Amino acid sequence: MTFTSPVLSYTLLSPMLILLGGALIGVLVEAFVSKAKRPIVQLTLALGVLTLALFQVWNIRGEQSLTPAMGSIIIDGPAVLLQGSILIISIIAILLIADTEHFTALPAALPGSEEERRAIAMGTQVTEVYPLTLFAVSGMLMFPVAGDLITLFVALEMLSLPLYLMAGLSRRRRLASQESALKYFLLGSFSSAFFLFGAAYLYGYSGSLDFAGIQASVIGGSGNDVLLLIGIAFLSIGLLFKVGAVPFHSWAPDVYQGAPTPVTAFMAAATKVAAFGAMLRIYYTVFANAQWSWSPVLTAIAVITMLLGSLVAVTQRDVKRMLAYSSIAHAGFLLTGVIALNKSGLDATIFYLFAYGITTVGAFAVVTLVRDSSGEVTDLNRWKGLGKRSPFAASTFAFFLLAFAGIPLTSGFIGKFSIFSAAYESGATGLVLVAIFSSALAAFFYIRVIVLMFFSDASEDGTGVEIPSILTRSAIVASAAITLILGVYPTPIIDFISDLATFIR
Amino acid sequence: MGISTSLVYLIGLPFAGAAILLLGGRRTDKWGHLLATALSGSSFALGAYHLIQMVNRPAEMRPTSQKLFEWISVGSFNVDAGLLLDQLSICFVLLITGVGTLIHIYSIAYMSEDRDRRRFFAYLNLFIAAMLLLVLGDSYLSLYVGWEGVGLASYLLIGFWNQKPAYATASKKAFVMNRVGDMGLSLAIMIAFATMGTVSFSGVAEQAHHTSEAALTAMGVMLLVAAAGKSAQFPLQAWLGDAMAGPTPVSALIHAATMVTAGVYLITRSNFVFDAAPIAQLLVVIVGAITLIFGALIGTAKDDIKKALAASTMSQIGYMILATGLGPIGYAFAIMHLITHGFFKAGMFLGAGSVMHGMNDEVNMRKYGALRHFMPITFITFGIGYLAILGVPPFAGFYSKDMIIESAFNSGGVQAIILGSLTLIGAAITAFYMTRVMILTFAGTKRWDEGVEPHESPWLMWLPMAVLAVGSVTSGYLLYHDKALYKWLSPLFEDHGEHEELLKPIVVSALALTMVAIGVSIAVYKYMRENVDSIAPADVSFITKFVRKDLMQDQFNEKFFMRPGQLLTKGLVKTEDVVVDGSVRAVARMAIGSGSGLRGLQNGFVRSYAALILIGALALIAAIWVVVS
Repeated sequence: MTFTSPVLSYTLLSPMLILLGGALIGVLVEAFVSKAKRPIVQLTLALGVLTLALFQVWNIRGEQSLTPAMGSIIIDGPAVLLQGSILIISIIAILLIADTEHFTALPAALPGSEEERRAIAMGTQVTEVYPLTLFAVSGMLMFPVAGDLITLFVALEMLSLPLYLMAGLSRRRRLASQESALKYFLLGSFSSAFFLFGAAYLYGYSGSLDFAGIQASVIGGSGNDVLLLIGIAFLSIGLLFKVGAVPFHSWAPDVYQGAPTPVTAFMAAATKVAAFGAMLRIYYTVFANAQWSWSPVLTAIAVITMLLGSLVAVTQRDVKRMLAYSSIAHAGFLLTGVIALNKSGLDATIFYLFAYGITTVGAFAVVTLVRDSSGEVTDLNRWKGLGKRSPFAASTFAFFLLAFAGIPLTSGFIGKFSIFSAAYESGATGLVLVAIFSSALAAFFYIRVIVLMFFSDASEDGTGVEIPSILTRSAIVASAAITLILGVYPTPIIDFISDLATFIR
Repeated sequence: MGISTSLVYLIGLPFAGAAILLLGGRRTDKWGHLLATALSGSSFALGAYHLIQMVNRPAEMRPTSQKLFEWISVGSFNVDAGLLLDQLSICFVLLITGVGTLIHIYSIAYMSEDRDRRRFFAYLNLFIAAMLLLVLGDSYLSLYVGWEGVGLASYLLIGFWNQKPAYATASKKAFVMNRVGDMGLSLAIMIAFATMGTVSFSGVAEQAHHTSEAALTAMGVMLLVAAAGKSAQFPLQAWLGDAMAGPTPVSALIHAATMVTAGVYLITRSNFVFDAAPIAQLLVVIVGAITLIFGALIGTAKDDIKKALAASTMSQIGYMILATGLGPIGYAFAIMHLITHGFFKAGMFLGAGSVMHGMNDEVNMRKYGALRHFMPITFITFGIGYLAILGVPPFAGFYSKDMIIESAFNSGGVQAIILGSLTLIGAAITAFYMTRVMILTFAGTKRWDEGVEPHESPWLMWLPMAVLAVGSVTSGYLLYHDKALYKWLSPLFEDHGEHEELLKPIVVSALALTMVAIGVSIAVYKYMRENVDSIAPADVSFITKFVRKDLMQDQFNEKFFMRPGQLLTKGLVKTEDVVVDGSVRAVARMAIGSGSGLRGLQNGFVRSYAALILIGALALIAAIWVVVS
């Protein structure tokens, strides 16, 4: 066996390479820069790297290639759109991560120990979170552009491993945070095993690991269908776990609640874009011709995901858990776009992902502001009357909730409208009816929080609202602005998406 | 496109002012009012520049339209947001920005003591921008945006001193009654879209020939409802008097010179609808005729100087609406009266503001008297406005009001005699109550409260009054001379040739002046000879009492709309409680119940979660198995 040197087109790979390079430099910064200077150096580095990568993504828009890395990566319109969305969301999320309030200074300290108390008293934060974020982002960028199952798996692990760690870095309630990190890790590994298992079956079915080969076998229909079906099912489990679809969702509420809020924001928004991006590519290209096999099952999952997410969200009394169930319901809405399997479904899903991601980061950003002396207050009962105490926090949060609910003049309305009409176009009328019913259910608990904030009398228990730092404030304002613009005048971005969004095979 | 050709800047400048002042907050307190005034002035200069450009082009090239962006594109419904500047809209642009700028200047002094002067100027700029959008939009939908915008600005400004509950109530009343009219406009837009498939002015004008008369009549009636709401016409007139709760410059700008004339603009702009719908057109005439008498009668019994002027506004707009209902012969005269009225009524309102300024905000005319010695400039400018509204030659109202009376007499048939007579009677009553206002305020003996020391207002206030007075003298002749305005506007309307003349113009003028003389004489006889009580006498005839109560307009509204409305609301609330809420609560209980049940799955143990995933995986395989086999 001779070793041939790979042909790489560095321009098309540059967004991922820039991030990986930035992450490695970040690790070196940890080693060589003095502790006092690290936060600012790391923040500048992370923001710079993300912006540069975004700039590169902009530059390669319109490019199409099946072989930028010997067939392991596919760059096309959807790839650019998804990578761009992930980078924009990450930039806003980094602004939240930069707030020192959220991360412990000494993650290794035992919860409740003297060491930990000293770490909290120091008031600094662990700066490793920046390179971890960059590693996770580079995995996310690779996930939707992977061209074979091995790359897909590597990307999945690359985005997951840093997130497991980041979930455990919380400054307050460290035990819950570490518990959630461990849960996330265990269940994540479990689902990764399913994923690998599925990949093996698909190899057995087609004798190939790259998407083009598997797709050729699906079209040819020559292989053993049982292998293909088990392969699709197990691969889907890995992906559905990442997006938090029922019944693979159970990690989400615990992890969303336990993780430091900026990490939750980043995880909820960016991971969803990456995982749905990979799903879109796989279902729209590789398995498109086996639609008869997966479409009914995915429809059933979408239905129970929407219903369970909306129903259980109604009973939540913790704002982060409520947002977790809301994100589960939204995963269901997004699945309707995947099931639609047509051009408008693809456009709508990409738009929805971007819009939802931005709104999610904004909503969690507001959650970071509501605190008392022992940290964030996430108990909804103590959010009563927030509208009077902090009009800024309450009104922006209300706006994000309206966007989640899909009220007109927010991006959520345009997203829901276009994704449901795409599903309707494809003939999935029943699914659309369930989706609309769940939207109505979901609107109930969003509006309930708004009522709570504005029309209930405040409880006098020392719940205060932090004056937002300039970084957090700009994150909130940017998210709100994008949510509003996408809702009021979405035509340019919709046209941009629909011009670009075509998969190459 | 540059600043000189793009129409966006006309609207953009005042809008930017409003945005800067509102978003800038207290930081802009020091210079906000100056910026707002400057922006309004620049918008006027830009408008004047456009006018010069238009005059230099041949008639058919004068209108310019500009597409801004694709606004709504849903299925077959496409609306481009666009602007249209033609002979009609330029008249309004200049009136709005011209009078608007003068009133900005006036307000600098008038509001100088107010803590919230910046907010006031922000709202004024917002109003100017919205009003310009209203007259510059090229479709009913853009017009609607401006229409709602001026409604909002009007609401904010009427309730500007909302610390007084009565004022807040007044603004709410204006808002609610305006909503009725707005509903008419939105229905008209829906009818246009449903029957013609377009909502742009040019599209509707084109389609009007192929559309059934019934549809056009329905649309016309709805447009009339809209116009009645905004222009305080019968039967939606009751809000205008209460709107006087706003600061006086607002009354001058919004509730006399500009916003309330939007109804006249709407009907004139929709001439293609009304020309093809005779029934709707007749209703317009009837509404105009009723309001012109109604407003004039209310004016005779008002002791509050601003409310007397408001009643007169109502009546004068009645004249304009009546003229628009006469079809092609009336449009140009309606607009002409609208412009001259803009000058003299704004001037008189500012005069009233000046009087109030000197009299510690007293509005009761019975507590004025003999003010001509103390406020000579106010007296002269107000007096010029007075002569103009009476229609005394050569003041502006003479030309514009006479043309309307003449057109009424020339409209043919029995209708002509009735309308002509009504307009003449209206002129007489106008003469009576305006003379009453003059006498009570400026002549007679002092009836002031103790401690009041009237004084002339500062130059920032009397200068705009003087400019408006010049307009009240000259504008009529300028627009009338050589049929200037008529020729300017005529390319927009389809005129069906010459009309019969029932009475010669000179006879009409003579009749009108005679009626005015009668009205003045009665007022002089009644109020000059004997002393006026400083408290309104109670032992008056039934008719006076009836008129004092605004011809029972509020009682009527209360009895026939508010009470039944409240009953309906109560009924609906009950239904809502029992039926709608009941079922919602039931659904919510079910949702919460099932939600709590499902929450049991979320017990916090990783082993249960993993089991759930495993069960899910098995179910997935089973499901696929079922699907395949």
